[in-house]
Parts: sequence; structure tokens; C-alpha cells
Amino acid sequence: MKVTFPHMGHMWICLAAMLEYLGVEVVVPPPTSKRTLTLGARHAPEFACLPLKLNLGNFMEASELGADTILMAGGCGPCRFGYYAQVEYAILEDLGYKYRLVVMEPPQRHVGELLSKIKYITGHSSWWEVVRGIRFGYQKARMVDELERRAHYLRPREIHRGSTDKAFKRALREIIAVKHPRDLPQAGERVRRIMAGVAIRPRPVLRVGIVGEIFTLLEPFANYDLERRLGYLGVQADRSIYLSEWINDHLFLGLVRGLRSRKEACRAAPPYLNHFVGGHGQETVGSTVMYARQGYDGVIQLLPFTCMPEIVAHSVLPGLSTGLGIPTLTITVDEQSGEAGLMTRLEAFIDLLARKKGVV
Amino acid sequence: MKGYLGIDVGSVSTNLVFMDENGEIREAIYLRTRGQPIFVLQEGLRQLAERLPGNIVISGVGTTGSGRYLAGIIAGADVVKNEITSHAVAASTLVPGVQTILEIGGQDSKIIILRNGVVTDFAMNTVCAAGTGSFLDQQAARLNIPIEEFGKLALKSTVPVRIAGRCAVFAESDMIHKQQMGYSLPDILAGLCEALVRNYLNNVGKGKEILPPVVFQGGVAANAGMRRAFEQALGLEVHVPPHYNVMGAVGAALLAREKMAGGGTSRFRGFGVAKTRFKAGGFECEGCPNLCEVVEITREGEVIARWGDRCGRWSNSLGYKENAV
Ligand code: SF4
Ligand code: SF4
Repeated sequence: MKVTFPHMGHMWICLAAMLEYLGVEVVVPPPTSKRTLTLGARHAPEFACLPLKLNLGNFMEASELGADTILMAGGCGPCRFGYYAQVEYAILEDLGYKYRLVVMEPPQRHVGELLSKIKYITGHSSWWEVVRGIRFGYQKARMVDELERRAHYLRPREIHRGSTDKAFKRALREIIAVKHPRDLPQAGERVRRIMAGVAIRPRPVLRVGIVGEIFTLLEPFANYDLERRLGYLGVQADRSIYLSEWINDHLFLGLVRGLRSRKEACRAAPPYLNHFVGGHGQETVGSTVMYARQGYDGVIQLLPFTCMPEIVAHSVLPGLSTGLGIPTLTITVDEQSGEAGLMTRLEAFIDLLARKKGVV
Repeated sequence: MKGYLGIDVGSVSTNLVFMDENGEIREAIYLRTRGQPIFVLQEGLRQLAERLPGNIVISGVGTTGSGRYLAGIIAGADVVKNEITSHAVAASTLVPGVQTILEIGGQDSKIIILRNGVVTDFAMNTVCAAGTGSFLDQQAARLNIPIEEFGKLALKSTVPVRIAGRCAVFAESDMIHKQQMGYSLPDILAGLCEALVRNYLNNVGKGKEILPPVVFQGGVAANAGMRRAFEQALGLEVHVPPHYNVMGAVGAALLAREKMAGGGTSRFRGFGVAKTRFKAGGFECEGCPNLCEVVEITREGEVIARWGDRCGRWSNSLGYKENAV
């Protein structure tokens, strides 16, 4: 059995760590690229949203490398993501791919459901080992998130353009290389040292929160490297959801304490959006409210073309923006979007924030 | 004489202005880009140098438009700014207190909302032809009317015909239909203006609070029929500022002045660049399956800028810093 999974930012690092620790052979799909998109878009329904097209492309490329089993998260609620795994599987079958599909539905009641799915894949592993494997993967997710936060801080302040990104790549390799939980602390130390080597100078920066659909938030290919671009424009970005938070919310049912969770975001959404609307629509609205309260200068929403939950959130944002005095910008992404127009809007939005704040 | 250079390189037109230290626009040049931005920019600089007195000193250069980075490299810019900011700066300088900017150019359109002199919201249309000047160009060509006459004729209309304006293709067939039904030309032209205004307000202007003073700029603002259609649809007076068709360049010049107010020397390469050999080349990077189309600008055979690479592999290797421009 050679297991693969869709890409979602750096999620592969934590999934591969867990599965390999448990002795499963893993095929990481090649990094999502234009080729992935072309392959996926060719065979997906045109009005499917971007995540489906990219996931499909990931599976086709992973199959070229010999993968035969797909591990994928399911979903729930009105959003289409709930049946994506099945749709993608059906498309792959029609195209003649021989894949086995294992869907990790979000556990309804307790974490045991998740454990048994993972145990199924690993076959012979003991329960104890499975728990250790999950923990290992999760710890890597925490480290990657920490690293990303650090990069968000450094980028707008770096003296040499690109030095943060170089350090980030090196640090990421350190995390990836760790094969056993006991080596994590030393790797963490090395990561900190690498990042401390980035030369910065103090300067006024803008703070912008990024909200929206989870996949588009986490996958730099889908969001045009938004965080990096913002950094280069002198902005310290924050993302409303990081991978470890998402795992904790959706797979661990909030078992890990002390993490920012979707519950807070949903609580902050009323009166602008009182109901669950599928996907991350309510979180998008709630996180925007929270960013406003925390004194952020602006919020950017990422909306995959035709994504229903985010469209609902989008329609609520103008009122919220005026009500709380926080400028918002919505970026719609799909395979047709042009990069040039995006940069113009992004730069104009940042100018708007800078002039408003008086830090031109 | 000292002054500032503002350059706006768009997909349709390339505009240059020379602004003196008091903010007076002394020269303005409007050229068609015709897909050759470098050549046209050099031509513009050459014409400008001819028109300006010999003792001219350029204290600062600003570039804007979709070709702003390219223009910035060629001319040596002190500030490179997006079109929204440039248009907003120009309008709020020429019409103090402006709260709404309607801008319709040949192939794009935008709306900018300002409050207390600061941009608070904006929207752009770069995809749908029905909301831009090319819509009027096409229909004028169909009707065999020079685009310059369009506005004057439209103003003669008493009862504008209602034309479906959601899409340029449908609008055209609807217009032909109305023509065959025998409506007068001015009424059809005024109807086209109203259709474009409706389309603009429904798409670009959707959900925006349009408050006076309202400024209308961009090439289409030359059309008096459009101005009247906006005034009627909004129930507000609409100002068309001087230099309405080169506002981006005016804004870039103003931004250059702002930037250089703190002192320092301009990076302007001099009007001699009109004779320098620049070349825009490109190649497809095969470093990974993204296959980025990397653009490469050379000056006298030496690579001076690259962009278009997703990962920064080519642009960062030159040590060229976008934020330094
Ligand atoms: S949240 Fe939106 S983008 Fe994500 S799967 Fe659902 S509809 Fe598609
Ligand atoms: S420039 Fe970078 S991202 Fe683009 S194809 Fe080359 S290696 Fe890949």
C-alpha cells in the first residue's frame, strides 16, 4: 500500500511524519503547480471550486509516482466539501485510475473514530503506537505553524529582500528531516537559530488578517503566495486559521487546550451572521470581527470562485466593515484569475491602509 | 525649470505629463501603447524632450499603470504606484474634497471612494468589455460615427432608447434591433450611454456609497453624453477635471513630488534613454512544473530586471529590489 493525500499548504509534512512513523509507505504528491491545476481543471466539473480541481490534480500526479491509496478528510454541512472525496474518487475511476479511498470523516462524538481509520491504514500498529504517531504529526504541525508566524513577523522587517524566505526554507527542511519524536526538541532549537539569523530593522508595519476558506488560506499556490506578497509590501500578516488549530478543531474535537478555536470565531460572528452557513463562512465573519477588535489595520478575505459559504460571508462584510471601521478586501481565486490585476488591487488596498494610518 | 515626470503605461494608452514645481501640468502626451510599451514610452520621452525647454531639470519620476514596473525600470522611477492610488491622488488634488471617482478607460474601469481625502474603498473591472470604453468604441464603429462626435450627438437626444447593456454582445444585437425599428440616432447613442452607465453602476459601483463631489475621468469622460447619463442616473453633478484622460500620469507626478519632498536625487535616467536599446525578452523556466513565463528586460544587452517567476528564483538573483523603486 502506497498512501497519498491532497496538498493543503504544509499539511503534507505532518501527515507524512505520522504515516511514516507508523511504517506506512507514503507518496507525497509533487508540490502543487500549474501542471497540477491544468490536470485537475481538465477533468473536474467547470463550476467545482478550486480545492477540488487542485486535489484531483494532486492525485493524478501522485499516481504517476506509484500511489495506490488516497487518504482524505471528509466534511459536513451544506458545503460541497462533504462529498468531494467521493466525487474525486468517481472522476478518477472514470479516468481509469486504480485507487483505494479512505475517508477520514470528522469524528462526530469522540476521537476513537479517527483512531480506528488510521489504524485501518497502518494495519498492524498497536493503539499505543497510533496515538504516538498522531502526536508526532501534530507536533510537527505546531512547529510549522510557529515557523510561519515567525516568517510573517520577519518578512516586512527584513533588511535583505528574500532573506526570510531563504531561512524559512532551510528551517522547514530541518522539521521535515526529523524521523522520531525524540529529535524534535533539537530540531526546534535549530529552527529558532536559523530564523534568528535573519537581519531586520525596526519600522512601522501594517497588520492585516487573512480570512476565508480553509484550503485557499493554507495553500500558497491557491492564494498566489498572498502572505509573502503582503510581507514584501510591508505588512505583517496573520491567518485566521493555522493547520494545528484546524486539526484540533476538526479532528481532535478541541481536545488540545489553549489554542485559538473556531468556536470563538463563530461566537464573534453575530449579529452579522447568526447561523452556520457551511464551510468556514461563519468563521470568516467572526474572525473579521475579532481582527477589528484587536486593532488590525485591515482584513483580506479569500474566496474560491463559486464557494457558497464564502459568498454568504462576502455579502455580510461591507456592513461589518463600516460598522467596525475595518477596511476589507475580497480576493476571488480560480484558475482564470489574472495575477496582474490582483497585485494592483492588493497594492491599492495596502496604500489605503497606510494612508489611513498615516505611515506612508 | 524644475519639475516632475508622471508616466502611465496602460494596455491601451501610454501617457506622460510634465508637472512644474507648483503642480501645474505643463505638457501632456497621450500615445497608443499598441502592444509595444517600451518603444512607445521611449517615443513619448523623445516627444516630451522636444517640447520642453532645454534647461529642464527632472527632480522626480513616478510611474503607474499595468506597465508601471517596466516603465519604472526604463525611465528610472523614484516611485512606482498602482493605478488606484495614482488616480485618487490626482483627483483629490485637482478637485479638493472629492468623495467619489468614476473612471472609465478604454479597456478597464474603476470606482474609487474617498472620505476626508483618503481612499476608503475601490473596485475594478478588468474582465467585462461591456463596462468599458471599448463598448462605446465598438458601437460607434458599427454606426459609422467618429467616437469624437458620439457625445455631441447623444446630447441631442430627447427620449433615450433603452438598450440591454449587461453584455457587449447582447447590447449590439439589441441596438441593431432598435435601429431597425426606426429610432433616431441621437436617441440610440444616448441609450448606449445609459446602458454603459447602468452596467458600470451595477457591476463596478455595486454596493458603493456614491457621495458628491463626484469626479468622472478616464478617456471616456470626453464623451458629454456619458457625463449626462451619469448625472441623470446619480441625481448629482458630475465634474470632469482638466487632464481627465491623463489622470494616472498626473497622480504619478504628484506622488513623485511627495516622495522627493524629503530631498535626495532622482533616479531618472535622463531623456537619453529614448536612444538606449532596451529589449523585453522572456523564457519559460523549467525549474519546476509551474513553467513560469519569466520576463527579462535588457539594456544594451545587459539584464536589468526580471519578473514573472513565482518563487523568486530569477528576480531575487539580480538583487533588484521592488521596494527600492
Ligand atoms: S468551503 Fe467553498 S471552496 Fe471549500 S469546498 Fe466548500 S464550497 Fe468549495
Ligand atoms: S521560476 Fe520558480 S516557480 Fe517558476 S517554474 Fe521556475 S522554479 Fe518553478
